[in-house]
Amino acid sequence: MAEFLIDSWRWPSILAQSLAALVAIGLLINVIAVGALIFIWMERKVSGRIQDRLGPTRVGGKFGWLQTLADGVKLLSKEDVMPDGADPLLFRIAPYLSFTASFTALLALPFATGWAGQHINTAVFFVLAILGLEVFGVILAGYASGSKWSLFGGMREAAQVVSYEVPLGLCVLIPVMICGTMNLVTIADMQRGLFTNWLIFHDPFTFVSFWVFFTCAMASVNRAPFDLAEAESELVAGFHTEYSGLRWSIFFMAEYGSMFVVSGLAAILFFGGWHGPIPIIWWAPQSGEAIWNFPAFTANLAGCVNFILKATVGVTVMMWVRWTLPRLRIDQVITMCWKYCVPISAVCFVGVVAWQTGGFFTVSKGPIPFFNDLVPYQPRAAVHEMWVEPVSDVEDHTAGADDANLPREPSDRDQNQLAWASSGTTVTSKGGGE
Amino acid sequence: MIVLAAINWHSFFFLFFALVACAAAMGVLFSSNVVRMAAYLILSLASTAGLFFLAGAEFVGAMQIMIYVGGTLVLLIFGVMLTAQATFVSMKTRAGEWVVAGVVGGTLFFLLAQAALSVDQWRTPRTDQAELAAIESKTSAPLGLGLIGVRVDKLHQADERLKQGMSGYVLPFEIISVHLLVVLVGAAYLARTKKRMTDVKAEGGRKV
Repeated sequence: MAEFLIDSWRWPSILAQSLAALVAIGLLINVIAVGALIFIWMERKVSGRIQDRLGPTRVGGKFGWLQTLADGVKLLSKEDVMPDGADPLLFRIAPYLSFTASFTALLALPFATGWAGQHINTAVFFVLAILGLEVFGVILAGYASGSKWSLFGGMREAAQVVSYEVPLGLCVLIPVMICGTMNLVTIADMQRGLFTNWLIFHDPFTFVSFWVFFTCAMASVNRAPFDLAEAESELVAGFHTEYSGLRWSIFFMAEYGSMFVVSGLAAILFFGGWHGPIPIIWWAPQSGEAIWNFPAFTANLAGCVNFILKATVGVTVMMWVRWTLPRLRIDQVITMCWKYCVPISAVCFVGVVAWQTGGFFTVSKGPIPFFNDLVPYQPRAAVHEMWVEPVSDVEDHTAGADDANLPREPSDRDQNQLAWASSGTTVTSKGGGE
Repeated sequence: MIVLAAINWHSFFFLFFALVACAAAMGVLFSSNVVRMAAYLILSLASTAGLFFLAGAEFVGAMQIMIYVGGTLVLLIFGVMLTAQATFVSMKTRAGEWVVAGVVGGTLFFLLAQAALSVDQWRTPRTDQAELAAIESKTSAPLGLGLIGVRVDKLHQADERLKQGMSGYVLPFEIISVHLLVVLVGAAYLARTKKRMTDVKAEGGRKV
């Protein structure tokens, strides 16, 4: 955006950069704030319907769609209490720490090709690292409240998050390995086309690993049935027992924000990101193309809506699970992680490696066809990072210096790699400008 | 607006992150509560990650957050668990400890400052600031490939002698991995409960 303003409208650089930054920040804060507004209302409606109730019906006319606003007004008018035994500094910064982690993770999450707060080459890694920080807010809140319920909640959360980061990382590694990049924009753009191109349908192992990923993501954002940090039936309200009013609501904005982030991550890694189940918008820009002309902008807008819809579906499933399954015990949670999630994801990882190297993934070669081969609509988009470009060089050097210059018949595999290599030059995502 | 444009924002953010890192490090030194120390440490390490991002080393920055800031989590947990004992709620430092710490810290600081100032390129400001910002950082893929045995940066090397070491860092990587595995197994062995079957039977067959 800044580049567009500078190039086309001749704005001074500093003005354009600041405006672009402000727009990005404003939009992202609204993703969390408006997102929380809608998701809390949805949570009430979904829980109501699951329990055979109506949920909110009156505030704001039909469907009670202004219920969250009424909640907000109530929270604002609540007294802000801090217990005597609390550590004042840590008690105050804990909610902001949680919120900051959730917001910063959104910073690197792309919403469409080139539409990201900050283009980071290793965005997957960045998002995972930042999401892991959210637990600090919970632990500090648990410690600083000076209450045993809070402390229990905080320590449970610590044990849970430290354990679940392992299978979560393993599951994220699988799409990263298939795509050969940690750039979220590239990973999503590699899945354009019909829904069979989505990585979840790539092979049976990715199909399994998505469910493990979603389970671990739910555990890592502290949602039921893994919400041991706030288990109402045992710990009053867990880590936020002593919080009231706006501080309490900041914790919940952080929770809904990170629910959106992990659902968005799942959408990008396994469900094609902003590329729909059926490719209607064929003029959507590829990574690296100009994104600030009118057709590209409309395509990106549609893609953005598509992406937000997918992430919202993920959040809805989390709500559905929350109101369906009972809360696990802490030992069951840890058992689930180490005895089930970690081995399954490790087996999936090895399986995907075998699938990839065994050449099972194209119809012409593979003895075992999977979803993507049964419905061949279009080949997986060949986008890759810059370093694949000198693939022919690699072969030359490994084959030895003698026969490097001899003309060879290009094999099928060479053609494939050359196609990747040539597209690699155009696809160095230049950073959309924000 | 002219004032804003005149500021070198890169230097501004560098100073900002550096100051936050130093101030938080001082906070670690001068606070007496273990959990507060850990909280300041998080701030200090996260600011260091900010410096990496500013330098365009995104992978190293994310690594800093994942490993160092994330590692502080364990410290924090121990801090919370230790505060059950009164000595750790407010830790007092004796005068002798201050002297020893001052000598060690001062020596290290002098050494580092001397080393940093002795490099000429680091003392003169770079003139190609604009180009510097435009260089896109592509650090992760070559790093990872180097670890699994392909040195991408050596592919275009014309000089045959400089092409040595194409195998990358497979061997060191493997040695370190095995070493870490041994450490993990050892830690698990040390940490597990030292109960034999006879002890369990003595307690009436109740498993612990």
